[in-house]
Amino acid sequence: MNIRKTKDQFMKHSIFGIAGFNIIIVFLIFFFVFTNSMKFFGDFPIKDFFIGRQWISLSEKYGLLPLFMGSFWVTLVALGISVPLSLVTAIYIAEYAKPKIREGLKVLIETMAALPSVVLGYIGLYVLSNPIKEFFELNTGLTALTGGILLAFMSIPTMVSISDDAIRALDKSYKEASMALGANKLETIIKIILPAAFPGVFAGIMLGFGRIMGETMTVLMVTGNAPILNSGPLSPVRTLTATIAAEMGEVVQGSTHYYALFAVGLVLFTISFATNTIADHFIHKSRKIMGK
Amino acid sequence: MSILKGKGEKIIESSIKVVGLLSTLPVILILGYIIFTGVPSISWEFLSDVPRNGMREGGIFPAIIGSLYLTLGTIIVSVPFGILTGLFLVEYSRDNWIRRIINLTIVNLAGIPSIIYGLFGMAFFVIYMGMGASIIAGSLTLGIMCLPVIITATREALLAVPKDLREASLALGATKWETTWKVVLPSAFPGILTGVILSISRATGETAPIIFTVAAFYLPFLPESIWDQAMTLPYHLYVIATQVPNMPRANMDGTLFVLVAITVGFNLLGAFVRRRFNKLK
Repeated sequence: MNIRKTKDQFMKHSIFGIAGFNIIIVFLIFFFVFTNSMKFFGDFPIKDFFIGRQWISLSEKYGLLPLFMGSFWVTLVALGISVPLSLVTAIYIAEYAKPKIREGLKVLIETMAALPSVVLGYIGLYVLSNPIKEFFELNTGLTALTGGILLAFMSIPTMVSISDDAIRALDKSYKEASMALGANKLETIIKIILPAAFPGVFAGIMLGFGRIMGETMTVLMVTGNAPILNSGPLSPVRTLTATIAAEMGEVVQGSTHYYALFAVGLVLFTISFATNTIADHFIHKSRKIMGK
Repeated sequence: MSILKGKGEKIIESSIKVVGLLSTLPVILILGYIIFTGVPSISWEFLSDVPRNGMREGGIFPAIIGSLYLTLGTIIVSVPFGILTGLFLVEYSRDNWIRRIINLTIVNLAGIPSIIYGLFGMAFFVIYMGMGASIIAGSLTLGIMCLPVIITATREALLAVPKDLREASLALGATKWETTWKVVLPSAFPGILTGVILSISRATGETAPIIFTVAAFYLPFLPESIWDQAMTLPYHLYVIATQVPNMPRANMDGTLFVLVAITVGFNLLGAFVRRRFNKLK
């Protein structure tokens, strides 16, 4: 009898301890990225980092703007493709597709999510970049556009599945009331269902945005690795993430360059923290609407 | 007359159907390409030999074994940890500030870019803890990265277990842990298993977190302990696709195929487990 009680107490305390450990991990991640970044700002003026127009590690120029523009163009292209496509696909899956087709599409979309980013990078390098080069008559097919197209397909699964959940979780009464008033299915979807499901759909878009911003290997392989400020969708760029991955292997540990990469990491960490907090807020809002 | 009625309605509805179906076309094309180019490049020698001649010849056996070790290490780190945290959230905590903070940390862990895990793994495990680039440092890094998915899956699966089961068990005199271990966990098991499989599939394909924590560029022999560096499939694909000049195409296509077969295979297994479980309910 006593052994059972002791075991019960022991497990209770272990579970409490382990749960608390999660908080420590997040704290440690933030702590290590933050303190290493602070060492960088000790060596390098913080102003020159945030508004610096050049990132040339060899001549100790660590300006964030070119990297930021790289991430901006890739993200813009990716969102421009994935948001409309995901929204329409989610509407189709939730409202129009027959159960069997729905199941099939969901398996395919999950498979899309399962493709490793290095695989998409490979497809970008050896399949997608040449047509893009020829079509736009460029010097190289490794551009922000190439990366954006691939990242769009990487973010579609997140956006579709969360939007689909949000649409399907709506109470039937919304739809029935609208239909009873004489609206057809399409009117009901556009005027009633989409506005009501908006918080969930928006949360899906935010999480997709987070995936795009944080994606590393695909952009490292296909966007041309050129930290240039005057870039556009058709020029080679270098994103925040790719800069860390490309340069961390070569830096001298403890050098200004080494700490500079942590500062880039801190910027990414802050963006992802803000994105997730906003997304989480909208997920809670949408759960409230659904009455859950 | 609104655009949403009559002819406009028909046109818009058909376009929704066409776009909905076509949006999955790229994944079919990509998989088709990988299978079409990959299958002819696979041979027993390719799977069982070490890379030779600057990786341009030979096989990918050390990379397969390295990925296997790393995946096992990731499971050992993340599964017990993730499930116990899920138990805390559903069974062992009230709706108070601790639970809310832990939920918030999980949401944020889930959104941290994988390269940040790589930075952290390098700064903390490799340098600060002195593990060096090794299988254990990589497993810990990937294990932490997998936690949010496993915790969320465990939480949802536990929430779906009816209250009656717990109450019946407690009424029969079982302790809380006995109820959790013998009644609640078995009935939540398929949901948890799905989450574990999906997160492991993701971990196996990840490259960014392991570049600085475990991956070896070229290592034509097998790791001897968890303190050794190892080649892994995703990093090997990255290296031969971008860093090795005159790399034969067949070698890359074969590596691509093996990597995709493993990750997508895991993923289909997860989907299968979940569908079976949903049917049983």
